[in-house]
Amino acid sequence: MTFDYAPAPESRAVVDIAPHYGLFINGKFVEPRSGNYFKTINPASEEVLSEVSEAGQADVDAAVSAARKAFGKVWGPMEGRDRAKYLFRIARIIQERSRELAVLESLDNGKPIRESRDVDVPLAAAHFFYHAGWADKLAFAGFGDNPQSLGVAAQVIPWNFPLLMLAWKIAPALACGNTVVLKPAETTPLTALAFADICQQADLPPGVVNILTGAGETGRMLVEHPDVDKVAFTGSTEVGKAIQRAVAGTGKKLTLELGGKAANIIFDDAPIDEAIEGIVNGIYFNQGHVCCAGSRLLVQESIQADVLAALKRRLGTLRLGDPLDKNTDIGAINSRDQLTKIEELTESGEAEGAQRWSPACAIPEKGFWFPPTVFTNVTQAHRIAREEIFGPVLSVLTFRTPDEAVEKANNTPFGLSAGIWTEKGSRILWMANRVKAGVVWANTFNRFDPTSPFGGYKESGFGREGGIQGLGAYLAVEDPS
Amino acid sequence: MTERVEVRKTHKLFIGGAFPRSESGRTYEVTDSSGTFLANVAQASRKDARDAVLAARAGTTAWAKATAYNRGQVLYRIAEVMEGRRDQFIADIEQGEGVSSKKAAAQLDAAIDRWVWYAGWADKFAQVAGSSNPVAGPYFDFSLPEPTGVVAAVAPQQPSLIGLVSVIAPIIVTGNAVIVMPSPVHPIPAITLSECLATSDVPAGVVNILTGAPGEVMPWLASHADVNALDLTGIVDAGLAADLEREAAGTVKRVRGPKPDADWSATPTVSRMRAFVEVKTVWHPMGV
Repeated sequence: MTFDYAPAPESRAVVDIAPHYGLFINGKFVEPRSGNYFKTINPASEEVLSEVSEAGQADVDAAVSAARKAFGKVWGPMEGRDRAKYLFRIARIIQERSRELAVLESLDNGKPIRESRDVDVPLAAAHFFYHAGWADKLAFAGFGDNPQSLGVAAQVIPWNFPLLMLAWKIAPALACGNTVVLKPAETTPLTALAFADICQQADLPPGVVNILTGAGETGRMLVEHPDVDKVAFTGSTEVGKAIQRAVAGTGKKLTLELGGKAANIIFDDAPIDEAIEGIVNGIYFNQGHVCCAGSRLLVQESIQADVLAALKRRLGTLRLGDPLDKNTDIGAINSRDQLTKIEELTESGEAEGAQRWSPACAIPEKGFWFPPTVFTNVTQAHRIAREEIFGPVLSVLTFRTPDEAVEKANNTPFGLSAGIWTEKGSRILWMANRVKAGVVWANTFNRFDPTSPFGGYKESGFGREGGIQGLGAYLAVEDPS
Repeated sequence: MTERVEVRKTHKLFIGGAFPRSESGRTYEVTDSSGTFLANVAQASRKDARDAVLAARAGTTAWAKATAYNRGQVLYRIAEVMEGRRDQFIADIEQGEGVSSKKAAAQLDAAIDRWVWYAGWADKFAQVAGSSNPVAGPYFDFSLPEPTGVVAAVAPQQPSLIGLVSVIAPIIVTGNAVIVMPSPVHPIPAITLSECLATSDVPAGVVNILTGAPGEVMPWLASHADVNALDLTGIVDAGLAADLEREAAGTVKRVRGPKPDADWSATPTVSRMRAFVEVKTVWHPMGV
């Protein structure tokens, strides 16, 4: 006898998606001067959700000009305690509209409602709450007695956590007295447009937040705009490098949060059941569309067989399908392009000699899907062990000694995150000290908090988001030499 | 009585704690402020830069493991050794920059004091730049600054000693190694400094000094995959600075830009130290 889960879909009725959206410039939705539009689809069904505007040069100019004006006349001169109250208002509205935002996020992105409801949206609200409190306390943050705002921030965010990445960008920028022009990813514009509505609802002064939808070209025009003082980008290392080249010599302050190829290291004394959950959460959370995903499993050789057997057993219980179903563990891949990239890299894994395994898993007919996948017999030279796949694909490698684990964990141009699983506290700290990664999780993975700074070493980027250190990305520090 | 024939010195590079000639065999002439010949100085090449990166990588690997207390002691020791060479430094600055011996002495005093200032930061910076983070969960969550690694730096043209020390000290105090190009016009104080470093307790490879033309050598360092960061403080040519920043993007190097209007007499802030560290955050579980 088998027990099956009955469908438990979250209602779509809470969202009201307009058939068409303009750009959010100077506090109003306006039609793009470019005259261009594109469609955004639900990746789980390929259904068109809405048509959104593609900002061109004239639109970028208008948004930057609105942000500049708002910075000079309203937001820059405003008392910190008043800026704080606007941020608190926004945080509250996100909480109040959390159900709507979660459903909207899952529709546009394809992620399971369980994740958008329990992770993305609450963390976005928490980020605004945390930074709201900083707005009138910046002199205590360690960046000098009188830290100054930078001005206009150009922010470009990815499609994996659309609203959460927006919060990571906008909350510290506004708390530090800057105004922003933000471009959401082309495949996930809807929650950013809902956030524009939230700004109106909060009576945020016009021009403080401007949202420009568009693709890579819009992003390029935005970061290259001469009247921008700060550029913040989260996305691929390839685009990050292009942005660093583009802003070279301009004096714009730059922070980059780029790709990763994190090691999730399991020692033989680890709590195995917890570790299995951590491995699953590390690489299958959000379909592996996570820059800090634990995509390389480093398991101590003596327990490899046990860990793999338990992992495969657990993967057999994951449910792939309708993102709006509350029982879904694995949602849709965000776009056809991303699915193609995952397929290409996994094929290279087989071609290079690694062994591929996926649980038996029914794939829906429409939409973009990829089953949870495990590769064994992986060497460090394989592309699947070196390149960021950004999908639900785990590469398993082994080690014998802690030194070998460190060596392998650090054998990558990336350095965003790492996981360590052991019952021994001293070993956690010994390993954490040696792993070159900006975030190290011990006996957990993919955990985020607004008080905890996030960002990478090496080619995973520079600058931190969140925590007291994250404020440095949006403040000018008086510096005689 | 016949005048004694002086023993002239050939100035060399400082790489990995040793004093090699430039692999290229090249030297260039350095003159005093009135154009009179002072010395021949080694002109570093691409190969020297690559050798320096190897030395610096080894240097930071060992130096980053030293305790903060020890790094502070080592920096303080540099100040002590420099005190013993006061006359030589004053003469170097006086001849090179054409300033009075009083002004040269004041610059030396400031440079020695800057080492002392940064020495004191060694075991405090992590307390100022780090944090414990009150996350919503059963974790002790903390953030600490760690050295970025190998930093390639250009010191200002002038003042030749205090500018140089103000660039080197904040880079190495946190555990980085530096490859620094001193003022090409006034390189002699840097050479005297390298002799102090060689006879103090600074481990080999932590400071590497390449005399020569930044425009020739820095592009190789900016594109070198084992260099983690650039400090362009002393670059005066904005076009060169932009080119170096573009090169740096190839491996996402951290870049601190040129600082043409720097006031080297003012007490520094922590911003130079912050520029060359990585903040690492650790989520440590709590439980029984």
